[in-house]
Amino acid sequence: MPTKTVLAENVSIGFGRHTVVAEIDFSTDSGALVVLIGTNGSGKSTLLKTLAGMIKPLSGNALVLGAKPGTRVKNVGYLPQHPISSHTLPLCVRDVVRMGRFADLGLFNRETTKDRELVEIALEKTGAAEFANKPLRDLSSGQQQRAHLAQVLTRQAEVLLLDEPTAGLDINGRKLVADLIASERARGVTVVMATHELQDAENANTVMLLAQRVVSIGAPEVALRDEYLRECFGFTQPH
Amino acid sequence: MLDFFVRPFIDDQQLRLAFIASVLVAITCAVAGTFVVLRGLAFIGDALSHGVLPGIATAMLLSISPIVGAAVGAAVIMGGVGLVSRRYKVSADTAIGLMFVAMLSLGVIITSRSTNLEEDLDHILFGDSLAVHSTDLVWQIIALLLVCLIGFIARRPFLMMSVDDGLAQTSGFSVSLFHNLLLAMIGLTVISSFQTVGTLLVMGMLVAPAASAVMFARRISSMMLIASFIGIFASYLGLLISHHFNFAASATIVLITVLIFAICAVRFDLMKRRNLKIDELPHQHEHNHAH
Repeated sequence: MPTKTVLAENVSIGFGRHTVVAEIDFSTDSGALVVLIGTNGSGKSTLLKTLAGMIKPLSGNALVLGAKPGTRVKNVGYLPQHPISSHTLPLCVRDVVRMGRFADLGLFNRETTKDRELVEIALEKTGAAEFANKPLRDLSSGQQQRAHLAQVLTRQAEVLLLDEPTAGLDINGRKLVADLIASERARGVTVVMATHELQDAENANTVMLLAQRVVSIGAPEVALRDEYLRECFGFTQPH
Repeated sequence: MLDFFVRPFIDDQQLRLAFIASVLVAITCAVAGTFVVLRGLAFIGDALSHGVLPGIATAMLLSISPIVGAAVGAAVIMGGVGLVSRRYKVSADTAIGLMFVAMLSLGVIITSRSTNLEEDLDHILFGDSLAVHSTDLVWQIIALLLVCLIGFIARRPFLMMSVDDGLAQTSGFSVSLFHNLLLAMIGLTVISSFQTVGTLLVMGMLVAPAASAVMFARRISSMMLIASFIGIFASYLGLLISHHFNFAASATIVLITVLIFAICAVRFDLMKRRNLKIDELPHQHEHNHAH
């Protein structure tokens, strides 16, 4: 039986003594898409940060690619929510995308032709090639988000943890993200994504509805039932 | 003309020495200051520059090298900030503020206990470019090489931390280790520069040239280069003015760096407005189609 790419068994997440979400149980296989949906402060980003190894789980057993979160850094890509310095950083888009190779390069290895090729491929895939030489801070938030997406794609990771990848994107941008996720899944990459948008869950294998607890989990048609949505957001989907 | 702008540096050996020292300080501060500005560490840099005062004063009382005292002072403030913020759950800027005033007060108390030190206080706080010795240059060259070495080795984590700590951490770089290394780099810069520009004024050299450069640079390396040029130009102009008009040299240099920042800020603002206006114009090809 193949190893689960992401496994959470009775995991509680939070900061210090403050539990944000308790008793999370789920697992995924290669190529799966897990979508975390909830309001602000519901625990989506905390769960992604826990799986990325930035925060230790308060209890329970969490494994990413069979190891503790944060161990297999070369195989796990993380896209933070709203990177902080985009408005001041004196970097062009291509340089931002090149950072995606740093996990593999470490402190001392020199960039190879393959690294540069991966950067160009990611720029093309995300539609960021047309503004690759422009300073990041001169771009719209949607274009900046494309640059950050391209960066995480250059990681060539087996698991992608994306915190609101569609934030700030227009309809075309959202379609682009959906296509990118589909193409990554096609090559066996597991994607765990946090979002506010219900439509991002359309193609998910698993949806987890969060409201400082797991409200529902399962296939989209199960997890997004009206009673769960009402409990989580106070409204239901228009039919 | 030449007599006014160049001759003083040819004739006056001390002025020449001061210029070389200031150039070394400018480059060291440009490298460290780039990350201070990008990572928003101006306040901790300020605290470090003041926190070295009791160390320097104690070292002078004990007749040991003030550089050793400054290093101890910098280590105490960095350790203190980390300890207070972690153990007592106060925000980092509160911890920095507390350590900053505590160390500055301690430094003033120590210096007030000795008449000789009271006279040296001005020198410690405001530096004296025109009293630099050739041995000071050796320390500054060593510090510059070390700062450049740290900046080069840690360029990737420093760069990622300037974007997002999480990005660095999930790429396998320890944020706490490299943050402390960055603080050590700032500490080293402060320690090596205080002889020339003083502990109070070194912040100006750390922040102003880098803050000017960030507006126009498109790469980190070009930001460092522009900041270095600004620092070197300010050093030359500051020393020249202080020579001709008998101003305090270090303060003049730092004031010029801040004036350059103000000019750059106005220029940057104008550039942005002009770009906005260009963006608002209909594109040329659209215009042609309309006809």
